[in-house]
Amino acid sequence: MNRQELKNIISAEKAKDEINKLKQKICVCCGASCISSGSEEVMKKLNEEIKARGLENEVEVVPTGCMGPCNQGPLVKFLPEYNMYQKVDCSNIQAIVQSQLVDKKPLEDLLLFADSREKPFPDAQEDPFFKKQLKLALKDCGHINPEKIEDYLAHNGYQALDKVLFEMNPEDVIAEVKQSRLRGRGGAGYPTGFKWETVYKYVSDQKYVICNGDEGDPGAFMDRSVLEGNPHRVLEGMAIAAYAVGASKGYAYIRGEYPLAIKRFELAIKQARKLGLVGNNILGTNFSFDIDVRIGAGAFVCGEETALIASIEGKRGTPKPRPPFPAESGLWGKPTLINNVETYAAIAPIINNGGEWYSEIGTPKSAGTKVFALAGKIKYAGLIEVPMGTTLREIVFDIGGGMQSDTEFKAAQTGGPSGGCIPAEHLDVKMDYESLISLGSIMGSGGLIIMDKSSDMVDVARYFMEFCMDESCGKCVPCRVGTRMMHDLLKKICDNKATQLDLDRLEELAVYVKETSLCGLGASAPNPLLSTLRHFKKEYDNRIIQHE
Amino acid sequence: MNHPPKQAPFCMKSDMVVSSKELPKTDPRVKLIAAKMKKENYQPDALIEILHTAQNAYGYLPKDVLTYITGALHLPPSRVYSTVTFYHFFSLKSKGEHTCLVCTGTACYVKGAQAILNKIETELGLKAGQVTPDNKLGVQVARCIGACGLAPAVVLDDEVEARAVPDDIIKKIRTKTGIV
Repeated sequence: MNRQELKNIISAEKAKDEINKLKQKICVCCGASCISSGSEEVMKKLNEEIKARGLENEVEVVPTGCMGPCNQGPLVKFLPEYNMYQKVDCSNIQAIVQSQLVDKKPLEDLLLFADSREKPFPDAQEDPFFKKQLKLALKDCGHINPEKIEDYLAHNGYQALDKVLFEMNPEDVIAEVKQSRLRGRGGAGYPTGFKWETVYKYVSDQKYVICNGDEGDPGAFMDRSVLEGNPHRVLEGMAIAAYAVGASKGYAYIRGEYPLAIKRFELAIKQARKLGLVGNNILGTNFSFDIDVRIGAGAFVCGEETALIASIEGKRGTPKPRPPFPAESGLWGKPTLINNVETYAAIAPIINNGGEWYSEIGTPKSAGTKVFALAGKIKYAGLIEVPMGTTLREIVFDIGGGMQSDTEFKAAQTGGPSGGCIPAEHLDVKMDYESLISLGSIMGSGGLIIMDKSSDMVDVARYFMEFCMDESCGKCVPCRVGTRMMHDLLKKICDNKATQLDLDRLEELAVYVKETSLCGLGASAPNPLLSTLRHFKKEYDNRIIQHE
Repeated sequence: MNHPPKQAPFCMKSDMVVSSKELPKTDPRVKLIAAKMKKENYQPDALIEILHTAQNAYGYLPKDVLTYITGALHLPPSRVYSTVTFYHFFSLKSKGEHTCLVCTGTACYVKGAQAILNKIETELGLKAGQVTPDNKLGVQVARCIGACGLAPAVVLDDEVEARAVPDDIIKKIRTKTGIV
């Protein structure tokens, strides 16, 4: 397919979309959470109901990706009114269809958050849950059918790829990404543009682009939702990155625990290949890019880039010392670019709207938006996207609706086993890379777990240490031995058998492990311990046996 | 938290090289693996992909299947064995006819995954990683299945049970497996 053909398809799809806009569109959330709650059954029943009423020509039922408030699922959304219904099941579909499609008014009792707010908002966009969010990476997630490339094309899909191929050279693309001040969304926050430039500068006959979708942090499901909700966006981002750095082959490394994400991404590749958006001579240019999916096999350490590369090569996922960095010598010794799913998802809007536009969102040092997976003892758990610099208080109390009944906020855990816990006195912390580090936590990939007083912080530290101990690949001693020693000491404290000496020992060990481990897993393993020690020292002291 | 007991390494000399009994070529599962290896061009770097196919077909990785893959890819048995034991996803033992996978991710931990595991242990006598002697039921833990909004989550035979309550889970397991 050449450029003109793509343009024709896009305008045809847009025209179809315009016609469809006159129709009532009913989106049924088919993200993994809602499917688990029974949304596929709901969709079947909904189609039957519409058919029975002879409305099939006036409405369009679309299965979509994640809509956000996952614990209220299954979710159904009526467009253009944006009336959203929660906990829809086969018993209440009839009433919803009657009210919405026949009586033409929302059915208040079943609207989103109807059982928890004094008065629900008929237009869900007015609800604080959505109003405080800014969806860029998740923009089309929950609106389009992730299994149809046509839907993505109708929403300006692959326009950014078209733009870079015909109007920009690789240097321009890198300059644009640099200007956007986008930073890696996988956790470390390395400036994406600089990473691309480094790979671009190495001369090699073959370069690779890898998408890191090995979301191993417990309590995180952002990458899963992006891949399930809009796989083409990630694919487009990867193709743009490949063009910018001069790669012709890409790999998407996705967790084996996410079968739906794998299925949808593989389908996306197939559809894009059919339209000539992946493969040889894309859109008639001399740029060729092909991509394969690699399925992870359940090793947290494979989120580390050198370990991930080893895993793609079919080996044990153990990290290597850096340098050489993957940008110089990565997959099969060739220059390799590795970015996170969410980073790639941010690329297309940056190209379409310009780097400057993106850099103005968020804070001066952390530009753009961040997707968080909000869970734990919070009223509305789910997937949210906010501008960087939004305070934790806004996320917990405005978007998340506050704590579950009768509980009090105690701590928020960010960054999974590499992060830390933020106590209530720091609820006004801005969620950006630097502010979180200053509190002894990290942004991480975006898991945000809210805890109440029922969580024992020493046990939380032990829980994460157990995770790191189990997931340590065993290559370097500080991590392999250190995490076990720290775990045993934490266990001793939890069992009320430790003395002050043990606690001192623990603190000392934490520093050793942090400073001497080979890769990020070991270097960040003490973080949950150190941050709970810093903010919840009292809980440790209460457990220590006092000698007279 | 309970840990799956470490799998005893099988002796390579007797298990993998010497006693490599031939797999029945007509077995559809063997055909599936053979087709996958052919598709991947017998490249050693596709080992993990091939292991995924094998585990999907058998439910776990029997030793003779590993021997077969080892031979076809011309890899040393140690390489295959070390890869299989490195990744949590792969299992050398049968996981049971029915599986109960308890998510122990952070959200599930905060919302009481341990209580579910404790209940399973007291009611059914199974710890994480164990299988009943008649191979009817296996209990496993997952790091995080990414269904944090539904915490605590339990997966019974590929079906996710949202906001799991210990007593209900036991009841469902009993109905599914017939264990009393």
